Amino acid sequence: MGSFLIRRFAQGVVTVLLASILVFLVMRLIPGDPALLLVGQDASAEDIEQVRERLGLKEPLVKQYVDWLSGAVRGDFGPSFTKGAEVGSLMTVALVPSAELAIAGYLFVLVVGIPLGIFAGLRPGGAPDYAATGFTMFTLGIPNFVLGIILIWVLAVELSLLPITGRVAITEDPLEALKFLVMPMIAVGAGTAAILARFVRASIMETLNQDYVRTARAKGLRERTVVLRHAMRNALIPVITVAALQIGFLISGAVIVEVVFARPGFGSLIIDGVIGRDYQLIQGMLTVLVTVFVVVNTLADVAYGFVDPRIRVQ
Amino acid sequence: MTALVETPGTPQGLWQRLGNLGFFQEAAPIVRVFLRNRPAVVGAVLLFAFGICAAFAPLIAPADPLTTNLRLESVFQPPSWDHILGTDAQGRDVLSRTLYGARIAWQIVLAAIGVAIVLGVPLGLISGYIGGKLDELIIMRIVDALMAMPGLILILAVTGALGPSITNSMIVIGIVWSPGYARLTRGIIVSIRNDVYVDAARALGATPWRIMWRHLLPNAVAPIMVLASLSAAGIILVEAGLSFIGAGVQPPTPAWGGMVSEAYKTLIRRNGWPMIGPAAAIILMVIAFNFVGDGIRDAFDPRLRNVR
Repeated sequence: MGSFLIRRFAQGVVTVLLASILVFLVMRLIPGDPALLLVGQDASAEDIEQVRERLGLKEPLVKQYVDWLSGAVRGDFGPSFTKGAEVGSLMTVALVPSAELAIAGYLFVLVVGIPLGIFAGLRPGGAPDYAATGFTMFTLGIPNFVLGIILIWVLAVELSLLPITGRVAITEDPLEALKFLVMPMIAVGAGTAAILARFVRASIMETLNQDYVRTARAKGLRERTVVLRHAMRNALIPVITVAALQIGFLISGAVIVEVVFARPGFGSLIIDGVIGRDYQLIQGMLTVLVTVFVVVNTLADVAYGFVDPRIRVQ
Repeated sequence: MTALVETPGTPQGLWQRLGNLGFFQEAAPIVRVFLRNRPAVVGAVLLFAFGICAAFAPLIAPADPLTTNLRLESVFQPPSWDHILGTDAQGRDVLSRTLYGARIAWQIVLAAIGVAIVLGVPLGLISGYIGGKLDELIIMRIVDALMAMPGLILILAVTGALGPSITNSMIVIGIVWSPGYARLTRGIIVSIRNDVYVDAARALGATPWRIMWRHLLPNAVAPIMVLASLSAAGIILVEAGLSFIGAGVQPPTPAWGGMVSEAYKTLIRRNGWPMIGPAAAIILMVIAFNFVGDGIRDAFDPRLRNVR
């Protein structure tokens, strides 16, 4: 287990480093002079030179990257070009509402996706299976922002049940915050829940065909015991990996949903960065998101290796 | 077929020669399994219909997609015989714009998948065949790093920075999708590169290039087709999202995502329904690609071939 952990951890670090190099290069290779963007169009040539000097843009690329990386490791991602603040503090502020949405959305994914998949998988071809397949097909086809808009249209505009857009911090007024969170949560989670349900269904169906399940039935165990004690535990092991991988998609998808619901967070920050060509901001945010992805995937692998010893030896 | 005399140059002759090459013997069971899969057939028909819309949009569309008509009685018209899906905030015919939107959608899907295949497949082929340090330490680590990126956000950042346009969307989406193709191709190549027929080709003095191209690559074609079809669904979704935010195809060009975004702005005033056409088009096309992808995957699965 020890060497497995070390190997997996080292792989994760290498991936994050490579990804940060890629992000850095992409941001530098894109045409446009960050210094010019920072001082504005009608600045004098000396001003631009000065800003270039200050941002370290005259150094060789390798030194620029190493300087940036050594700052980033300490949480210092440099100044934003357009927002007049440090990228690190901007991200910290945006993190709370985004994390709120991501956690709520992921709870929705688990609470809907897993039971739906189990019910569908226990009786393939039955009514729950058809209902689940219909739900899956629909939510896989619908973009999350369209689903969000449909929810707003029906629940907020026509029926006036929920507030349309915006956010209340969950620490201020939990009930009010939940009202604002319901629709974005469904919009972010539905597609992911469908993918998870499909996977759980397949895994359950496969497990129920195993010999040991037949043995359990043959020795006269009640069906409930067979399903809960023998089949379910094995069927849900591979689900861990898939469920963890979905976190990445969820965070990615939340960007657009945040725009639809006019929620503050990573989504609006990154779009501000794109519109303002704020490379420093985009670079910092992409690197942080990649790190989150890799950490989640690594944890998933480790958890998988923990429950299934076969994974550890390789 | 056998009764016909082979006459080169005529269509029969061509078909027969294809038949002699074993093309049909191999393709027939695949097509048969595909046709038995009802959702896949529905999906294929839908995609064909979208293709017709895209190819013949100027002939089918009842009105010009860009002509605005800002008189009060012309905007936000409910559906009628003149405007089957109504008109939008600028008095443009929504049906016509949705039909032209199929053009944009197909263009982006085909171009982006083309870019992804051209970049990803050779990389996976070379990496898988040569193996060793180049494969393990360089190419696959870069692929890992690219796949660890949040795709949509990377595409958003790069197209936004390059300046949003249809061409930039195609290229950037293609690049972001290419590692998936590289990894798939590599996996297949690694699993077959030591097969006997590869050794035989090598013993006969075939160059590495020829082995990769003639002996290894054909084994990867079916999985690549499945991946292409399934990634087409993802590409439609991402492109719609980009256009919705304003980082993709720019208005007034009728991209479905952008049309939904325009209609969303007037939803509060109960004028949201011009989005129904484009939203339905996105959903149908994504579902169709998913169905067809699943269908192709099952069709290439030999285990399903003799099942009735």
